[in-house]
Amino acid sequence: MIAETGLALLWFAAALALLQLFASVMTLVGGQSEAEMGGVVRPAAIMQGPLVALSFLMLMWLFIRTDLSVLLVASNSHSAKPFIFKLAGTWGNHEGSMLLWVTVMALSGSFVALVERRLPERTMIATLAAQAFVSLGFYAFLLFSSNPFERLPTPVPEGNGLNPLLQDIGLAFHPPTLYIGYVGLSVAFSFAVGALLTREVGPAFARAMRPWVLGSWIFLTIGITAGSYWAYYELGWGGWWFWDPVENASLMPWLAATALLHSASVLASRDALRTWTIMLGVIAFSMSMVGTFLVRSGILTSVHAFAVDPERGSFILALLAIYIGGALALFGARASTVNEGKQFSLVSREAGLVVNNVALSAILGIVLLGTLYPLLTEAFDTKVSVGPPYFNPVGAFFAIPMIVVMAVGPLLRWRRDSFDRIAKALILPAVLTAAVIVGAVVLAPGIRVLPLLGLALSIGLGIASLLPLLGRNLLRTPLATWGMVVGHFGLAVALFGMASESAFSTEKLVAADIGDTVEVGPWTIELAGIEPVAGPNWTAIEANMIARYEGGDPVSLHPQSRNFTQPPMTTSESALSTRWNGQLYAVVGEEGLDGRWQLRLWWKPFVPLIWIGGLIVALGGALALIGRLLGDMRKAHQVRRIAERREERPMGGAMPEPAE
Amino acid sequence: MSAPDKKPGKRWAIWLPLVLFGGFFVLVMNGLVRPADRDIESAMVGKTLPEFTLAAGSQERPGLATDDFRKGDVRLLNIFASWCVPCAAEAPQLDQIARAGVPIDGVAIRDREQDIARFLARYGNPFATIGKDDISEVQLGIGSSGVPETFVIDGTGTIRYQHIGPIMERDVQTILAEVKKAEAPL
Amino acid sequence: MSTALKPKHQRLVLVILALVVLIGAALLAIWGLRGQASYFYVPSDIASDPPEPGRAVRLGGMVQEGSIQTLADGVTVSFVVGDGEATVPVRYTGITPDLFVEGSGVVADGRLAADGTFVADSLLAKHDENYMPRELEDMSEAQAKAVVAETTAK
Repeated sequence: MIAETGLALLWFAAALALLQLFASVMTLVGGQSEAEMGGVVRPAAIMQGPLVALSFLMLMWLFIRTDLSVLLVASNSHSAKPFIFKLAGTWGNHEGSMLLWVTVMALSGSFVALVERRLPERTMIATLAAQAFVSLGFYAFLLFSSNPFERLPTPVPEGNGLNPLLQDIGLAFHPPTLYIGYVGLSVAFSFAVGALLTREVGPAFARAMRPWVLGSWIFLTIGITAGSYWAYYELGWGGWWFWDPVENASLMPWLAATALLHSASVLASRDALRTWTIMLGVIAFSMSMVGTFLVRSGILTSVHAFAVDPERGSFILALLAIYIGGALALFGARASTVNEGKQFSLVSREAGLVVNNVALSAILGIVLLGTLYPLLTEAFDTKVSVGPPYFNPVGAFFAIPMIVVMAVGPLLRWRRDSFDRIAKALILPAVLTAAVIVGAVVLAPGIRVLPLLGLALSIGLGIASLLPLLGRNLLRTPLATWGMVVGHFGLAVALFGMASESAFSTEKLVAADIGDTVEVGPWTIELAGIEPVAGPNWTAIEANMIARYEGGDPVSLHPQSRNFTQPPMTTSESALSTRWNGQLYAVVGEEGLDGRWQLRLWWKPFVPLIWIGGLIVALGGALALIGRLLGDMRKAHQVRRIAERREERPMGGAMPEPAE
Repeated sequence: MSAPDKKPGKRWAIWLPLVLFGGFFVLVMNGLVRPADRDIESAMVGKTLPEFTLAAGSQERPGLATDDFRKGDVRLLNIFASWCVPCAAEAPQLDQIARAGVPIDGVAIRDREQDIARFLARYGNPFATIGKDDISEVQLGIGSSGVPETFVIDGTGTIRYQHIGPIMERDVQTILAEVKKAEAPL
Repeated sequence: MSTALKPKHQRLVLVILALVVLIGAALLAIWGLRGQASYFYVPSDIASDPPEPGRAVRLGGMVQEGSIQTLADGVTVSFVVGDGEATVPVRYTGITPDLFVEGSGVVADGRLAADGTFVADSLLAKHDENYMPRELEDMSEAQAKAVVAETTAK
């Protein structure tokens, strides 16, 4: 019964989405008054959220009970699985993850309909129409091609298990994080389409959209950071970014969202970059759809195992064509009628943000081209793969100028400024950057160009990013400004970690007998023993290593090579020892014929800064989001007070906002 | 909103994203359609079976070899594995086909004898013979890309039809019709 | 610096700059892709038209039975990859991936050495429990064709 109820709830929600679309279209073009049909739109949107959420809870319940009469549970779960992975099994598969997507989408739709009152009602209805249109596609996808509640003709006595690579706490929460990010961008997309439909592209639109972009950007940042860390310790290859299609699929929406975030802030505070912001709103959501499509259709070969299905790929592609093709056609038809907004000078904060946007778009284009290139050549019967030798230098070509602008831009004033005014403040970071370059070339002569520039620029950016706080009362500095400073500083931290990892890592690969010692960097590691161990649904051989940093206190490390039985598979579990100045990374391989064990060891100075930096970036986003939301609430309160005072002339929520 | 200043250069640029997206769409469609072609038909349909001999995968049934398919009767070759859930899902349908008088030969992929025995005990055993293919030799040789898959082989050892994925109830008639078709020589 | 320009012209400069940069990015990407993409080879491709030594390529095929050997250092393996028509000797230093066994499919990233050995930087022995990577699907087709050729010749 539970499965059937879940399915029924989904159908009901889909019907409501249809009603929402119909009512809003009637209001927009059918000449129905907003009071007649428009009154239906918001309630229809609001009700979908709880319905779909309930349906998701039903599926979760089926997984917790391991109901093996349901196909999805039977193929992805197992009664012997730990509880948390039974739970994570709900979304650790295609159907469940699409249901999660739709759940988050419906909840966001409810939230928008419930809370957003600043936009003109007509624009709001257009936005909810776009939202309903997008939701309908996903409901159709779920109901017609990925029904998570499908029953088996006869129940099986035992389930198939969850892909052991996915039986990892980090990965269990990784896809949902990214999905929330993707869905946030779909809301931004709806706002952009709504604004375009009613030609209301202005600061009010940017302010309504911004929290959604900011929120989804935070989740994407966390998702990418976590995904990178997962790949780092789970794959056992010592690398943290492989430019794999699955990784690029999450990076591309992030790049677009970052650009959108910055252009939306120009639009919100200065009413410039109107068409460009709309364009980015469309592109950001396109990138999350393209990413999902690339991952799910299996059209590109990836190192991350995912069950793929070309039929579903076609479905996502069809959705992509309708939404993105439609939105871009609308953009072409309407954009020339959108006024370009306010002017600004070549040396101004706006101009800095334009440079940032152009650089981010260029990097986005480079990543997209590199990801799709194998597909392009395959059309001509040549198979290629594209990896770091392409992405690193070509991407850096645009990333480096962008980092320089990141250091300078926040110091500039809106509208018009001059370099003379800020030159003094920039002396310190510029001198330090030069000093790091000279120092690194002298002390580490073999250093390659990219890590060298990365190290130097990270120091320069790290200092420059803090300069906007200079001479301010820190307590009275707006949270949004704090967010910017913290976000930029986080990027500098991450950049330092990346450059340091790439410049100073040392690696040792040996076959060792028990009792042997291996040296890697400042560490001395002794292989003390090899023991078999068993977990709930796996067995493993575990190495016991005793590591000493420069002859100091011993640290023990236990890397494993795990064998799963359901389904049969082996994974290697790396062992890490973290110090303030880096990480020791150990992997144990197979036993050779001569009884020696393969060990692979890395010393990676400052590598954790990559992920710490990523989290700092996300924290910056969170500060900015909180700052914006508090500001919005305060403003809404004022508006209400003013409206109460002047009851004869109600305000539409369009309060003049001082430039930030 | 005031009237926009219309520069002629800007107007085509606004359509550029749509054009680029169109290019992307064509490219991806092309990529999607190509593997789909491969999925629908193995290169081996219409060809004769490759030579192979497989040891028995179960004590209840003999193993199988290419010669078993050249004795004049139409047979089904079913690629399965005990670790595959869709294979369990198609068991009732296979049983139905076997009861309709079509001999079915199973090839167990990367499997263990005790697991196969448990699988057969649980879901029934519609197979006339069961071969053990530990290195996917036969699977690759006949152009199958996964489990389960089912092939219709005619009396001369020629592959006449390939079914990818589990045989669901709706597929039973198709399979039986293909078996009928295969009874007539090419 | 350019306060003499009218704001409108300044924006035009920005738009043109942006377009130039984006077109530059596209050209750079195309140039980079032509130079840096690594092509996918199966052993028969290497036999008929080998890539220049040192160029990064990918090699896909089946690990031949009985060919995996561990060298004296205990961490270097040598094995032979074949596709039913040709074979290529491969050397790899590192911990072999989980599903790397004789008779399994493998994709190796690396380059051809001057002596004709393929030196792999990384190995990918991937097969989903239900489906194989598409590169290998193709490969098995090539292999299938080879088997057909053998059977029909008899």
